Formats: sequence, structure tokens, C-alpha cells
Amino acid sequence: MISARGLRKSFQQKGQEPFEAVRGIDVEVRRGEAFGFLGPNGAGKSSTMRMIAAVSPVSGGSLRILGLDPATDGSQIRGRIGVCPQEDSLDTELTVAENLYVYGRYFGIGRAEVRRRAAAQLEFVQLTERGGAKVEDLSGGMKRRLTIARSMINDPEMVLLDEPTTGLDPQARHVLWDRLFRLKQQGVTLVITTHYMDEAEQLCDRLVVMDKGLIVAEGSPASLIAEYSTREVAEVRFGIGENESSAGAVESAVGRRAERVEVLPDRLLIYAADGEAAVAAVHDAGLQPVATLVRRSSLEDVFLRLTGRTLVD
Amino acid sequence: MSTWSMALRQSDYYWTLYRRTWKGSVFSSFLTPLLYVLAMGVLLGGFVEADPSRLEGAPSYLAFVAPGLLAAQTMQTAVFETTYPVLSATKWQRVYFGMNATPLRALDIANAALGFVLLRLVLIAIVFVAVLAPFGVFVSVPAAIGALLVSILVGAAIGMPVYAYAVGVPNESSFSLIFRLGVIPQFLFSGAFFPISNLSPALEWLARLTPLYQGVDLTRMLSLGTWHTGPALVHLAYLLVLLVVFHRVAVRRLAKRLAF
Ligand SMILES: Nc1ncnc2c1ncn2[C@@H]1O[C@H](COP(=O)(O)OP(=O)(O)O)[C@@H](O)[C@H]1O
Ligand SMILES: [Mg+2]
Repeated sequence: MISARGLRKSFQQKGQEPFEAVRGIDVEVRRGEAFGFLGPNGAGKSSTMRMIAAVSPVSGGSLRILGLDPATDGSQIRGRIGVCPQEDSLDTELTVAENLYVYGRYFGIGRAEVRRRAAAQLEFVQLTERGGAKVEDLSGGMKRRLTIARSMINDPEMVLLDEPTTGLDPQARHVLWDRLFRLKQQGVTLVITTHYMDEAEQLCDRLVVMDKGLIVAEGSPASLIAEYSTREVAEVRFGIGENESSAGAVESAVGRRAERVEVLPDRLLIYAADGEAAVAAVHDAGLQPVATLVRRSSLEDVFLRLTGRTLVD
Repeated sequence: MSTWSMALRQSDYYWTLYRRTWKGSVFSSFLTPLLYVLAMGVLLGGFVEADPSRLEGAPSYLAFVAPGLLAAQTMQTAVFETTYPVLSATKWQRVYFGMNATPLRALDIANAALGFVLLRLVLIAIVFVAVLAPFGVFVSVPAAIGALLVSILVGAAIGMPVYAYAVGVPNESSFSLIFRLGVIPQFLFSGAFFPISNLSPALEWLARLTPLYQGVDLTRMLSLGTWHTGPALVHLAYLLVLLVVFHRVAVRRLAKRLAF
């Protein structure tokens, strides 16, 4: 569905060197797959997505979407994919149903057929009751759902979702995940960007981790965790200002039970196959953390390992 | 796919927009010409006792000012319709970006938006001419129809460069330039209210170069039946060149704005 080789995007800036937002990435997305771009703000995810959506010209490398070249067949590509952009582009003065209807018409779909599909999509994203409401009166989560419904109006082979749940409360996010999961079951190819680890873990079969315009790791969520992290993570928290100074003592206390200890401003992360055993070792050494927590390792830990930084600030 | 059929795909959108706003605009589109013609033509005109030879051949000030008001009105409508609604589509609501994610291309998006502006101009001009006609300001029915068509062209030709500018601006403060330097001086000094021969020679030449003067003179020739083929063809050519050249500029600038 997508084949990118050495893909680049640079932005001309007045009086400055061009800024390289994407610095040569290789990506292959197969039909029916749920593929993720995971990375912090500024990693180049949206720039990549806009090139894939055939709205932003490629600055370097090669890109094929559905076997077509976005530089020459942009209109045709756009007719076969659905896009949920990071920034909403709904017409807030129109109603929910009107937004879907007029958008469907842009694809050249007949009036009666668009009406039928708009109703079905509203049903799918659970907005049927709000069909007559003005978009400006919708909550953020409803607007995102409407944008997703809109991206489905042309029955696309592939849907691009740029940060579909950013800014939503947990409940709204779970509703969205559920809808995206159903789309995936219907065989729609999904390409998702996110800076949430749990989202990537929930939705993606395969993902790339991006940082500063480059891909720093690639694989399934489980394989990335296996490769770059441990099965469990013990989080131990000391008093304010004592975390960093306790790191050495913790490291010698856990010894070979842990693979490594990561120091964050507010806590220490002990990467270990058996988190409970690591915490016990810390206590046995006479150290007294104010709080401890053992959890499964996540993509957050992978990102921390790869870049030395946490993902969400 | 031809841009004609691609632009038509947006007709439902613009129809929906129009349905939301027509009630507000229909009242003012009748009231504006009525107020103008009463204030400027009848009342102010009552004080103006000029020799018809000094009014470019108009029998009365009312007959002189009416085509000026008509052309000025289509200009103002065109400028309004190609500024704030465009900024809304590129910045506040971003609907152009939504359209750009579909098979529509910059050319199609611009053409549909401009087609909508044209339709508004047609409606405004028809109402304006219909309100003016009972005051006997057109020498004949064909003169009224000619003035109507030409005033639509004036609005379109002036709206086109404004649209071309508006699709690339970052915010509304860029528009104050258009209103202060473009619309207001043209409105006052381009021969809509008094013959530009009253200006100093330098200013008269400057006024002659403005698109509104070209449009006012052409509209006036038609409504008064004082047609002069030579100058009329110059005016027509001027307005058509403006239309065609800035259409290309508009499409290029919109494409650049959308493809960042
Ligand atoms: N139109 C633009 N002009 C200049 N710089 C841009 C533009 N769009 C994005 N950037 C820069 O490119 C980098 C990557 O942006 P983006 O692709 O939006 O990242 P992400 O979606 O991962 O947060 C950022 O540093 C951003 O400031
Ligand atoms: Mg982004």
C-alpha cells in the first residue's frame, strides 16, 4: 500500500537553511495491516503523513502509494484513501450530517449514495443523534469521531490517522480505539501516528519509532519490547532530590537481577525480568523508597532506551 | 477529470453555505441600493445642478451616479467575498485543507470558490439594477442589461487579484492594506461620484489606471447610451486581462498554500 525509500521532507525557511523534518526513511505498509508511526512532537510524523496523503510534495527519495506516484497521480490516490488530519478541517457552521454529505460529494459519489453512506458512518461512530447539530457545538471527541467518519465516506482502501486521540479524555479515547479496531477487522489498512505508547500497543501490528526525522527502530510492539526492554519494570521513587543520588546504591543492590537502571527526575526505573525480586533486593539493601510499582514493560520504555528521553512531557 | 466537473462536485457545499446565509443577505442586498440611490442620487443630487455636458452626458446627477454606485457595489461585494471567507477557509476553519485531501485539486477548489463569488455578484447586481431601474437611470432595457453584465465583470475582475492575494495571507491584518489603499480610495476617487476630470491632471491619470474607473466608465457608457467603441474595448480588455492573469496567480498561490 505504501512504499517509501529514502523519503525526505524539508521546509524552506526565510533567510535560513532549509529545515529537514524527515531525513530519509524507508517504510513498507502491506494491505490490511495496522501500521504506526510513534514518536514525540516534532519527530516528523505529520510531515510523513502529509506526503503519504498526496498533499505535500516529496523533497527527496521515492514514494509510491497504492502503486501510484503522488507527484503525478495525487488526485487519483486521494480518491482511494481516507485522511483524518491532525488539525480538524470540518466546517463548524455546517451540521454534522452536512459535513459528511458535502465531503462525500467531493469524491464524485452520487447524492443518494452519499446520503446512505453518511447515515451508515454516523451510525458507526455513534453520532446518529447528533446528525442535525452544528459542528461547533460538538465536544473534541465527537469532532474526532466525525472526522473519522468523514475519512471513511469514500470507502477507502487505506485510512491515515494523524494523532486521532490527542487531546481527548480517556473515555473518548477508548471509544475511538474501539471504532478503529473494528475498521481494522473490516480489512481496512490503517496508518496511525501517535505519541502515546498505549495507543500504539493497542492498535498497531507493526510500527516504526521516529525521532528527529529518522526511524530509530521498527517491529511489532511485542518484538520492540523484547528487543529494547525487559519483561517488567520496577519504578521506585525516593524523596524529592534523592532519586539521582540513590541510583548508585540501587544499582549495586539489584546487581544482576536487573539489566539496567534508568534515572528520571522523579523516579528510578529498574529494568528486570522479575520486577518484584528487584524491589525486594532494594529493600534488603536497607534502602527506603517512598513508593514502588512493578508494571509490564511498554513502548515508553523502548523509546526511553532508544533516545534517552521520555515520550510525553 | 475536467475542472468543470470537479468544481461542480463542490456545488452542494456552496449551496449549503448559501442556504445558511441568504436570509441575512437578501434584505441588505435590496436595502443597500435603495439607501444609496436615495441619499446620493435623489437627496445629494438635488443640490447638484451641473450642466449635462459636465456630467459625461448624463441628464441628471442621479443618472450620472447610478452606474457608479452599481460598479462600486459589485467591487465591494467582490472584495468582501474574496477576503474574510477565504481566510476562514485557509486558516480559521481550514475547509480548503479538507477539500485538498480529496480528489479535488487547487484549480478545482479555486474555481468553485470563484464561481460562488460570481453567483453572488450576479444576484447583487440583478437586485441593484432592479432597484435603480424605476428611477429612470437607464436609457433603455438593453442598456440596463448591458450595465448589469458589465458591472458583474467589474466585480469579478477586481475580486480576482484580491482572491489571489487572500489565498496566501497569514492573517486578517493583511487585508487592511486592501481596504485602505484599494477599496476606499477607488470608491471615492474613481469617477463613481464625480467626473474624474475634476481631479488634478496627475490624479486624473492615476484614477484612470484603477480597475474601478475602467468599470465605472464602461457601466456608465452602457446605462447612458454614450457608447464609444475605442475606450469601451480598452476597458473590456483591461478587465479581462485582470481576470485571466490573476486567475493563474490565484491557482498557483493556492496550490502553494495547500502543499506545504
Ligand atoms: N510548514 C512547515 N514549515 C516549517 N517547518 C515545519 C513545517 N511543518 C512542520 N515543520 C517542522 O518540522 C518538524 C516536524 O514536524 P511534524 O512533521 O509536524 O512532526 P510531528 O507530527 O511528529 O509532531 C517540526 O520541527 C516542525 O516544526
Ligand atoms: Mg504531528
